[in-house]
Amino acid sequence: MKKLMLGDHAVARGAWEAGVKVAAAYPGTPSTEITEEIARFPEVYSEWSPNEKVALEVGLGASIKGARAIVSMKHVGLNVACDPLFTASYTGVNGGLVIAVADDPSVFSSQNEQDTRLTAVSAKVPVLEPSDSAEAKEFTKYAFELSEKYDTPVILRLTTRVAHSQSLVELEDRKELGLRPYEKNIPKYVMMPANARVKHVVVEERTRKLSEDSETFPINRVEKKGRSLGVICSGGVYQYVKEALPDASILKLGLVYPLPIGLIRKFAESVDRCIVAEELAPHIETIVKAAGIKVEGKEIFPLEGEFSAKLIRERVLGEAPGGACANVPARPPVLCAGCPHRGVFYVLSKLKLNVLGDIGCYTLGAVPPLSAMDAVVCMGASIGMAIGFDKADPEAHSRSVAVIGDSTFIHSGITGLIDAVYNKAKVTVIILDNRTTGMTGHQDHPATGKTIKKEDTYELDLAEVCRAVGVKDVCTVNPNDLAATESAVKAALANEGVSVVIAKKPCVLLKKRLYEGFRVNEKCKKCKACLKLGCPAIVNGKDGITIDVSLCTECGLCQGVCKFGAIDGEVK
Amino acid sequence: MSEKKTVDILIVGVGGQGTLLASRVLGKYATDIGRDVKLSEVHGMAQRGGSVMTYVRIGEDIASPIIDEGGADLILAFEKLEALRYLHYLKKGGEVLYSTQEIMPMPVVTGAAEYPKGIESQLPGVGVDALGLSLEAGNAKSANAVMLGALCKKMGLDREKFENALLSCIPPKTIEMNRRAFALGYAAV
Repeated sequence: MKKLMLGDHAVARGAWEAGVKVAAAYPGTPSTEITEEIARFPEVYSEWSPNEKVALEVGLGASIKGARAIVSMKHVGLNVACDPLFTASYTGVNGGLVIAVADDPSVFSSQNEQDTRLTAVSAKVPVLEPSDSAEAKEFTKYAFELSEKYDTPVILRLTTRVAHSQSLVELEDRKELGLRPYEKNIPKYVMMPANARVKHVVVEERTRKLSEDSETFPINRVEKKGRSLGVICSGGVYQYVKEALPDASILKLGLVYPLPIGLIRKFAESVDRCIVAEELAPHIETIVKAAGIKVEGKEIFPLEGEFSAKLIRERVLGEAPGGACANVPARPPVLCAGCPHRGVFYVLSKLKLNVLGDIGCYTLGAVPPLSAMDAVVCMGASIGMAIGFDKADPEAHSRSVAVIGDSTFIHSGITGLIDAVYNKAKVTVIILDNRTTGMTGHQDHPATGKTIKKEDTYELDLAEVCRAVGVKDVCTVNPNDLAATESAVKAALANEGVSVVIAKKPCVLLKKRLYEGFRVNEKCKKCKACLKLGCPAIVNGKDGITIDVSLCTECGLCQGVCKFGAIDGEVK
Repeated sequence: MSEKKTVDILIVGVGGQGTLLASRVLGKYATDIGRDVKLSEVHGMAQRGGSVMTYVRIGEDIASPIIDEGGADLILAFEKLEALRYLHYLKKGGEVLYSTQEIMPMPVVTGAAEYPKGIESQLPGVGVDALGLSLEAGNAKSANAVMLGALCKKMGLDREKFENALLSCIPPKTIEMNRRAFALGYAAV
C-alpha cells in the first residue's frame, strides 16, 4: 500500500519497520515530526529528552544493551550531542544506532546554516542521505543494517526540503527483533586512553573498509544518459538535477560519507564535463578533488541557501534568472496574537533594557516594534551571556536581563544559572514559561507533567529548581498583567544578586478554541499606544485603529495599555 | 486534472491561515484519484504570522517537490498582498485564486511601510471574500475551507471526493462549519 507521507514520518515508519525499540529526541525544526510520529507506535519506547546530548546517550545505552535505537535532532542539536557522538564512533554499537539529523539550508527556522556532513567527517561516522520520503524510509532501514554490520552509529542526514515534503511511500510490515545478546566488553565500551588508542585504529580501518565496500552499494548508483554532462549529487538536490537536466548522466550517492572514490573516478571519466551539485559545504567536492578527480563544484554553485531545478539550470546551462519578487512590504514572522511572551517584551522594551535572548518563539521579541533583544546565539546561551555582561561591566546588571523559555531552560539553561550563583554574578533571568515547547509545535517537556505519549509523570517545578541551585529571589508573574510584570522586573533589577522571574502563562495556541475577537469602540483617540504591543491583530488602517477578528484571541493585553477604555471585550 | 500533465499549485498566505491544511487536502485528493503528488511545506518559525508558501505538484513521476519561479499553473492565495508577493511564480497564462482579505504585515502596523493599493488590478484571476463568507459559515477560522471550495470549482475537481478529502483532514467538531464554508466558496466563483 502506498501512502503520502512527510519525509520525517517516513523516517519514523522506516525505524518502526526496522524493529526499532527505543527512540529519543529533543524537538527541533525540521526534525521534530520524526519522533512525534514514532511515539504513535506502541511497540517503540519513545521520549522527549531534555536535550540532544541526553537523547543520544539514551540511544547509545539502548544500543549497547542490544536494541535498535534512533535518535533525532536538528543540525544545531547535533552540536549539543557531539560529545557522545565522537566517542560512540569509537565504541561502536550492539543493536543498530541511527542518528537522524535534519539540516536547514536557507535557514527557514534555525540560527545558522551548518552542514552535518562536515561534523560526521570529524566524528568518522557514515552518512546516508535520502532524496524523498520513499528513500527516507528505505535508507533508515538500511542505516540500521550498516550500523550493525560495520559496528558504528550511522547518521541519516535530511534537509528541510526532504524532511518537510510529502511524497508516496510503500508501506511494509515491522520486523520484530529480539535484543541482541549483551556481553560486558570493557575494551569496546570503556573509552579510557588505553582502549581509545586501540579503537581509533579500528575506526580508521572501518572507514577505509566502508569506502571500499560502498563501491558496490546499490544506494550509490549511476543513471547513464548522455556523455556530454555528468552530475554527482545526493539527497534533495538529486530531484532538482533530474528535473533540470533530463539529458545528463547522474551519479546518485546514497552514502555521502565515506565516498566510493573508484565509482566516482570512473563516472567522471565517462563524461566530458563532470559537476558536483551539493547544497551548503563543498563536502563531496573537496574529497573528490583531493583524490585528483577533475570536477566543477562551488565554482558555479553557491555555498549558501537551498537549490532548486531553476538554480541548477541557471548555473549549469546559463539560463536567465527568474522574475523578481514584487516590491511589497516584507512580512516577517511575529509573536502570535495573544502570545504570553508579548507582555514581557512590551515591558522590556518600555524599560529600554538590554536583553540577552535565547532560542524559541520568543526570539521574535527582536522584531519591531518591540525590538527587545540584543543577542541570540544558541540554546541556553542567554544566561551565560548575561553573566558575561555583568562581569565585563559591573553597572550592566541594572539595565539587562536574560530571557529563556521553559523548555530551553531545562535543555541547557540550568547550568548557566548554577554558574551565576556559584560565581556571584548579578543577573536577572526571566523564564518565559509557556508550559510547552512552542516553536516546534507544542511538545511536552519535563515541566509539563506529561510524557511524549501523554502519560502523567513528575512535573518539574521550575521555581524549586532555581531555589535548589541557590537563587534566593524567585517570583512568578502572569505576563498578561503588565503592571505586575513591570514591578517584578524592576525589583529583580534592583537586587544585587541572581534573580529569577518566571513569567508563567500557557501558549495561546494550546487552547483550541474559537474566538469572537475584541472590538475598538468610539472612545478611541488614535493615540496608537496599543500599536506598541506589536500585536498582529491590531490594525492601523484607513478606518483608524481596528482589530482583526480573524486573528484576535481575546488576551486583553491591548485593554491593559489603552488609557481610554476604547477596546470592548471580556477576557475569559 | 484529467490530463497526465503535471499541475503545479502554489499556496501562499500568512502563517496560521491554514495553508498547510490546504496542501494536505490537495495531496489527499490527488492520492485518492491515483495520481503522483509531492507537497512541500514550511514549519517552525516562519509559521508565526510570517509570509508562508507551500507547493503542491500533481502529475506522473514528479521529481522536485518545489515549484520554480514562472512555473505555477495556479496560485491559491489566502491573502491579497501575499498573492502579489509571489506573482512571479505564476506561469504565463496561469491564474490566481485569491482571498480579498487584507492582513497588515508588521512593517505596515508600525508605519514603516504602506499596504499597497490596487493589488487586485495586478492579479490575473478571481478574488473571493473568504473572510466575509467564513463569518457567514460560522467563524473566521473556516476561511481556508471557503478558499478550498472555490479552488474545487475553479479547477473542475470532483466535488464529492474533494470535500471528503477536506473533511478527513479536520477535527470532527468543525465539520459542519467547514462544510458550509466549502459550499459558500464553491458558489462564489
